[in-house]
Amino acid sequence: MLAGFSANAQSPDGGSSNLLVAFIAFLVFILLVIIVMVADRLMRVTATQTGADKTGENYSVFPRLEEIFSSSKSYATSASSITKLKKGYDIPLAGEAEKVVGETAAPVRYAIKPTDFQGMSPIPKVMVEIEGTVKAGDPIFYDKKRPEVKFCSPVSGQLIEVNRGAKRKITEVVILADKEQSYRSYDLPNLNEVSREGLVDFMAANGLLPFLRQRPYNIVPEVTAVPKNIFVSTFNTAPLAPCSNMAVKGNEAAFQKGLDVLAKLTEGTVHLGLNAADAGISSAFTDASGVSKHWFDGPHPAGNVGVQIHQIAPINKGDIVWTADVNAVITIGRVFSEGRFNTERLVALTGAELENAQYVKVFQGANVETLLEGNITEENVRVVSGDVLTGEKISEKGYLGFFDNQVTVLKEGDYYEMFGWLVPIAPRPSISNTFPHFAYPEKMVADTNTHGEHRAFVVTGQYESVLPMDIYPQHLFKSIIVNDFERMEGLGIYELVEEDVALCEFVCTSKQNIQQILRKGLEMMRDQG
Amino acid sequence: MKLLDFIKGIEPDKKKSPFLHTLYDGFFTFAFAPNTTTKNGVHVRDGMDLKRTMVHVVIALQLCYVFGTYNIGHQHFVALGEHTAFLSGFHLKLVHGLIKLIPLFVVSNVVGLGIEFWYATKKGHPIEEGFLVSGALIPLIMPPDLPLIWLALSVAFAVIIGKEAFGGTGMNILNIALLARVFIFFAYPTDISGDQVWISNIEKDGLEYFGGSYSFVHGIFDSVFSGLGLATFGEGGKAVVDGYTGATPLALAAKGGWAAVQEHYTTSQMIWGTIPGSIGESSKPLVIIGALMLIGLGIASWRIMLSMVLGCAVMGMIFNAWDVTVFMDVPWYAHFYMGSFFFAMAFMATDPVTAASTNRGKWIYGFLIGSIGLIIRVINPAYPEGWMLAILLLNVFAPLIDHYVIEANIKRRLSRAA
Repeated sequence: MLAGFSANAQSPDGGSSNLLVAFIAFLVFILLVIIVMVADRLMRVTATQTGADKTGENYSVFPRLEEIFSSSKSYATSASSITKLKKGYDIPLAGEAEKVVGETAAPVRYAIKPTDFQGMSPIPKVMVEIEGTVKAGDPIFYDKKRPEVKFCSPVSGQLIEVNRGAKRKITEVVILADKEQSYRSYDLPNLNEVSREGLVDFMAANGLLPFLRQRPYNIVPEVTAVPKNIFVSTFNTAPLAPCSNMAVKGNEAAFQKGLDVLAKLTEGTVHLGLNAADAGISSAFTDASGVSKHWFDGPHPAGNVGVQIHQIAPINKGDIVWTADVNAVITIGRVFSEGRFNTERLVALTGAELENAQYVKVFQGANVETLLEGNITEENVRVVSGDVLTGEKISEKGYLGFFDNQVTVLKEGDYYEMFGWLVPIAPRPSISNTFPHFAYPEKMVADTNTHGEHRAFVVTGQYESVLPMDIYPQHLFKSIIVNDFERMEGLGIYELVEEDVALCEFVCTSKQNIQQILRKGLEMMRDQG
Repeated sequence: MKLLDFIKGIEPDKKKSPFLHTLYDGFFTFAFAPNTTTKNGVHVRDGMDLKRTMVHVVIALQLCYVFGTYNIGHQHFVALGEHTAFLSGFHLKLVHGLIKLIPLFVVSNVVGLGIEFWYATKKGHPIEEGFLVSGALIPLIMPPDLPLIWLALSVAFAVIIGKEAFGGTGMNILNIALLARVFIFFAYPTDISGDQVWISNIEKDGLEYFGGSYSFVHGIFDSVFSGLGLATFGEGGKAVVDGYTGATPLALAAKGGWAAVQEHYTTSQMIWGTIPGSIGESSKPLVIIGALMLIGLGIASWRIMLSMVLGCAVMGMIFNAWDVTVFMDVPWYAHFYMGSFFFAMAFMATDPVTAASTNRGKWIYGFLIGSIGLIIRVINPAYPEGWMLAILLLNVFAPLIDHYVIEANIKRRLSRAA
């Protein structure tokens, strides 16, 4: 072999002997690599056989690529470490509510909307007659497929309307509230003695279970399910979202009681997500006992409970977890400490089209007409129950959603803009650097114009930049569109819920309906069983 | 708005004249951003849309257009030995360049957009913006004297077979502009390689070069120029300068290595771009400005660009060490400014539809384009420039690269469950 190489030495500049040396060095290198790889495999096999490690991954010689090139996801396990999330975007909207609780005429009508609950059958059985009286906490309807979970009235009064939509689907069950509220009385179980199943049955029968949500699929919790963990996010980073420190002020004891109840519902832990960037964070959160606290710092969606679950203990196939928001915990806590179904909470009226953006104190499911009366400055507006990313459009006389503690009022954007895509004149929120952000005001007035038409997926890397999870969103959505079940599952559809990908929908250059696509995928997986 | 009402008034009916309606809709959405509001999802949308993304790529190309047009004229006159300083004969060079470029631009856009309009009518969807960028890129990668009928054929091939057959914008596997060029490359190879094609209006008779004749459009401008007292084109058939080769730096390097290149072109000439080549590729600083603009605006992926530079550098160094052919002795850093590397890096490789879509995949994709492109350039005697073929090859492999990145993600998720 060596003679052959020297015979090939044609060029006089020594290039060939350089080549020879290089070739021999290369062979030696390959030999070493082979030795190391064989040794690595043997070590891994031994680790598996002796039972030290299931797959042998931890006993490998080579570092894992994720350890070197790790992105901003970190599986924080210590209770007091701060997880800094870099991906995301805080939409700079104008119209944040002033931190004062204003006085408005109290709403007289309240409604529970069955459409707020995922997986609810279109026509639930309403248990109370029209014009029948109910006390706050009395069951008013249930899903015929799951009769053990009752949905209860947020206020005492008279059930006056059952509004229906297409195909006789029940859209609202409306209650005319009494001036003086009367409450249902309970035979409260003793938290120290009752079994987990007994507690779940009590909560299901008395309308407390719908306050929680079960993942995957974000449905009303099943009474037979045993959640691996329960997660509560104590801060909301959605655009113009209300401040939960104000929500929990005066309700600290109820909040703690609610956490105690939740601790009994799971065999794992109750995890609390706290905002590390909040200087005025309430002591109810920081001093909560019986829970595991996790601190997060980052732009939206750092406050989303789904993102926090991913950082703390990601949902795998077959896992069930329950989530609750702060108002849910307070309401549950009030039932167990005061014995009353008191759904009173602070609702933030937000949006640039409001004269006075402020907080108001109302019961759950309030009618927004009296709250917004005389407050809206523009004619052509859209009223949204919830935030601009995940909220539902309601009429100016509509009702707040079950889980919503915010009303956003924004301008409708049904105008043509000449060469609007080339030389945009009015400031608009965008993650793109093609807009002169330095010339824009810090908080902008946004409207509902789509700023473009629906197109196929073209730009890549956009969704990943606003989703702080180890998931490839664009490939997930493509696999949902083509109904590829295995890929959907493999790519992590169980970990996502619409609110987590709402920001992906906001930044989408091709104006795709991302949340709808995700819901379709979740429904497909849920139908699988 | 009265203008708006008038325009809306002349809208053709969708059922009675579908083609006119699609045409109207295309121009209307070009002039007016639509008034659709959000439904069934988020209530506020980002101000960025696909038209805006595409138009910024076209804007980034404009510097290359300006220089490339002028360079067509400059190379022509340098070959004839006249007006050898860059700025002398400014009016002649600019006019000559425009006379060559404008037909190319018009033909490629009219043919491409016409086909897109027709398909949009057939399928009943609005005209999609994909061709804005391809139509701007195609004239820049063609030789200046390309017969227009062949240009039209190549654009038709690229749009019909490369794009519409797969489903339109966002669905194509191969880069459309490169597909047009590769059609010319394989169907009319003598019109895109060799020593006659890269300098405009120089012909060969046997072994003799001479300046070609000027068209009647040149004649019209001649009368204007002589009236103004400026230099004119004159008659055609002029003699070329002594020692003229017409070869691009790459062709010279293939024959005689770095020494041959340095005989004819200085490094400064190659970098600043006063050399023969495709219309848009020659001035490297202008292309780099365009590339930096696209990175700063967040439109093109810096990962692909950086990894492509790394791939080319690594492979260049390997060739320098190996050094068995003359081409391999070209220093590795010279490969960047000898051909169309920067143009391919900035505008062709970064096409989001055809590139790898995962961030990790983009690193691998760019690196492989850089290395394989250089292998094709240096080792393969038949292909003078490797980037077109390397990018097309990696376009085919991009889904495979993504597949493995996604599989790694899936495996990671599964092992987490275990």
